[in-house]
Amino acid sequence: MVQYSQNRFDASFGALSDATRRGVLEQLGRADASISALAERFHMTLTGMKKHVGVLEQAGLVTTEKVGRVRTCRLGLRGLQEEAAWIEMYRQIWSARFDELDNVVQELTRKERVDGRRKKK
Amino acid sequence: MGEERKNEATPMKNVTTVERKSERELLVTRTVNGPARLVFEVWTKAELFRKWWVPKSYGLTLLSCEMDVRVGGQYRLVFRHEDSTMEFFGTYLEVTPNSRLVWTNDEGDNGKTITTVTFEENAGKTLLVVHDLYPSKEAIDSGSTGAMPETLDQLDELLASLGSSTES
Repeated sequence: MVQYSQNRFDASFGALSDATRRGVLEQLGRADASISALAERFHMTLTGMKKHVGVLEQAGLVTTEKVGRVRTCRLGLRGLQEEAAWIEMYRQIWSARFDELDNVVQELTRKERVDGRRKKK
Repeated sequence: MGEERKNEATPMKNVTTVERKSERELLVTRTVNGPARLVFEVWTKAELFRKWWVPKSYGLTLLSCEMDVRVGGQYRLVFRHEDSTMEFFGTYLEVTPNSRLVWTNDEGDNGKTITTVTFEENAGKTLLVVHDLYPSKEAIDSGSTGAMPETLDQLDELLASLGSSTES
């Protein structure tokens, strides 16, 4: 596997394993927001939200910029692409597999129907 | 005979979703058109299982597939990949007909992965949930996910191309 990205995977997946942080990403996907606005939106203390944003920032999922007294957060897309690609690849494996499974099940269903008719005759 | 309708409403392609539940868990869900009884059968009879587990597009050959589906029973899949062969094997931990299957993947060096599949029937269709619990987050990230080498190669290429375009 690609070694250089391993640490980033760990950080990103760790960051994504929390519902609030996923919510923050979703929110930032719509518009940039200050930490205090995010804290309010997620019914959380400023300190609590700062921690979440810190985790996201470390994973490269979010960038922040302080202007005056306000720290604005925005999506740092750089990190997300790889995780999305990894999950997408895994999904494709299973999707292809299940498509074939669907075919096998349908074949069985048809066969049962035909056999059922034969028995009735 | 010959009365089978060819075009019984082509079913919509079902969606497969993947979710990383935690550092060590992956969850795959998919609805399959058919009753749980049949879906369970294709997971537990070797001659049916081998028809779908390795999609044709992988270009891998499944040399043998042995499955002794009962608690404590073993399975062993042997593939040919280019000039070498690979084996996947493990033990069934739980077998509940038409509803639940649990097995281990023992081929890895770093502990066992435990896979749980549940079959839930609803209106003639079956919701499949595949839950993989990896021995460590390293195991999950290193891609020892029972995935096929070609696919992992593809993944490497994709990641490499993403890396080079974003790693500036």
